[in-house]
Amino acid sequence: MEIFNNLILGFSVALSLQNLLYCFIGVFVGTAIGVLPGVGPLVTIAVLLPITFNLAPIPALIMLAGIYYGAQYGGSTTSILMNLPGETSSVVTCIDGYQMARQGRAGPALAIAAVGSFAAGCVGTLLIVLFGPPIAEMALKFGAPEYFSLMLMALVAAACLAHGDMVKSLAMVVVGLMLGIVGTDVNSGMARYSFGISELTDGIGFTVVAVGLFAVSEIVKNLETAEQQHVFTKNIKDIMPTRKDLKDSTWPIVRGTAIGAFFGALPGTGPAISSFSTYMVEKKISKHPEKFGTGAIEGVAGPEAANNAAAQTAFIPTLTLGIPGSATMALMLGALTIQGIAPGPQVMTQKPDLFWGLIASMWIGNLMLVVLNLPLVGMWVQLLKIPYRWLFPSIIMFSAIGNYSINNSPMDLYLVAGMGILGYVLMKLECEPAPLILGFVLGPLMEENLRRALLISRGDPSVFFTRPISLAFMIASVVILIIMIMPAFRKKKEEAYEEGGDY
Amino acid sequence: MKVDLRSNKDFLAGLLLIGIGVLGFYMALDYPFGSTLRMGPGYFPRVLAGILIAFGIFTLVRGIVTAEKVKGVWGWKPLTLITASLVAFGWIMDRFGFIPALVAMFFLATLGGHEFKWKEFVILTVVMSLSAIGIFIYGLGMPYQLIQGF
Repeated sequence: MEIFNNLILGFSVALSLQNLLYCFIGVFVGTAIGVLPGVGPLVTIAVLLPITFNLAPIPALIMLAGIYYGAQYGGSTTSILMNLPGETSSVVTCIDGYQMARQGRAGPALAIAAVGSFAAGCVGTLLIVLFGPPIAEMALKFGAPEYFSLMLMALVAAACLAHGDMVKSLAMVVVGLMLGIVGTDVNSGMARYSFGISELTDGIGFTVVAVGLFAVSEIVKNLETAEQQHVFTKNIKDIMPTRKDLKDSTWPIVRGTAIGAFFGALPGTGPAISSFSTYMVEKKISKHPEKFGTGAIEGVAGPEAANNAAAQTAFIPTLTLGIPGSATMALMLGALTIQGIAPGPQVMTQKPDLFWGLIASMWIGNLMLVVLNLPLVGMWVQLLKIPYRWLFPSIIMFSAIGNYSINNSPMDLYLVAGMGILGYVLMKLECEPAPLILGFVLGPLMEENLRRALLISRGDPSVFFTRPISLAFMIASVVILIIMIMPAFRKKKEEAYEEGGDY
Repeated sequence: MKVDLRSNKDFLAGLLLIGIGVLGFYMALDYPFGSTLRMGPGYFPRVLAGILIAFGIFTLVRGIVTAEKVKGVWGWKPLTLITASLVAFGWIMDRFGFIPALVAMFFLATLGGHEFKWKEFVILTVVMSLSAIGIFIYGLGMPYQLIQGF
């Protein structure tokens, strides 16, 4: 049984003292930061990425993954207790979770969120174990035309399905691809878009773009308007959900897991759209739809399971194909690259300890989260008393030191500042930065595969349409585009994102 | 409702996209285009820049038609000060060392916030700088001089 051997390898790696420690640090830091409103997983990973440069690849990735799903999880706590979503994917949890808290049922709401997330996380991990190897095996047979078409499909899907306007998102992908060109062309040795700056001939650093676009612009946006002080005192008494709560939540958790697992594995979609869709589904099939919005436990259980399942299955395309489906996954992929590991299907066969260790650590990390989150909920809530005016200079500090330390060059910080300005302007004009970073990550690969594909076919672009797998990806891209142009679907997507209000 | 073009969201977005596209295309004219069989270094950039300009024109025209305003206010003050704090950190780090760079960074960054209180600035800078020295210099062993020349 190869699966068992793989899992044994994985657990033997993940259970080493050092890796357990980094997993714990990641989960702990992630939860702490997920609890804080206005600092999401994306910003956290972007800021801490340069620091993991100094770690070995396995602990670095285990820690980053821990931060990622820890933050996903931590977001639910503030949503339930204070009606403050830490990030988009926990917006819907606010609707019924906060109502439950107002009725004195914060404990059961938190417990169900934790149980639902854990169950979904386990299933998500299992899906990676089952589907990872066959997908990677298939991908090993891909040639340049298949890879190019696959990347094209991923980028089109990411732009069309992500939050925001489709045309502008597609344009952001193109801007990202162009930023990816900056540097020396591998084939001709020519410096492109380097503006005569010698540092730019090595290309723009990945962390530079990530921190500038996500951390700096987010901070500036938060500082536009006056700081809100959140005053709250909530006692959490009975944590234990009743038998009825558990019974009511079982099926929503199952459905949420299924929906989340599906959207998580697709490029462009992720935790946010999973939790919104699950909420809509639960409301639609419920016998008491009028209870939604007034503290229905189904409205907490389903979406929480969904966003955690999606957080896990998002690793499938990232680890097996080397194609990230979301901005956060692009950051994980960037972390791999920084560690000198070329992402793609060969990671599983060439670095089995890294691949399986990471997956085993996710399961352990999810277990840690249940243990951490429930008893320590009081402590997490204390974190919310930290005012933002202390928080943001500290984030800037980590960004500055981290980016400086990669090349010991001030130029990287000037570029972070520039990217921050670009990111902020794009944000104000409602151009989503997430498709941009996907384009940036995939840009060089896409150009290389396009060049190779056209060499093989002697300059005949029909090669993308005559090879069956490539054709399938091309058709999928076109279908996604057409569907999203149709007004009915576009409305559905907007509904899905706006269900939770105007966040 | 009439919206000034200077605060017309999509009009501005379109202008920005066209700007990036034109700049990208113009610069790529220096790189050999090659042919579809043998793509030169100028092939991919020029194709992308062309697509970007097309998206830009579409967005710009739609902006004129829909005339939607940019939401909220522009935070020019925090944008200037936050980016300045990053630039200052890099510039000072190379010339005067870790501690002066941190102090300048915290000064400019906190100035970008809503209220600036000297006492809070001093406490925050001291506490965070000490933790940074602990984490980065001693913990991760980064080879930086605390103050240049000392």
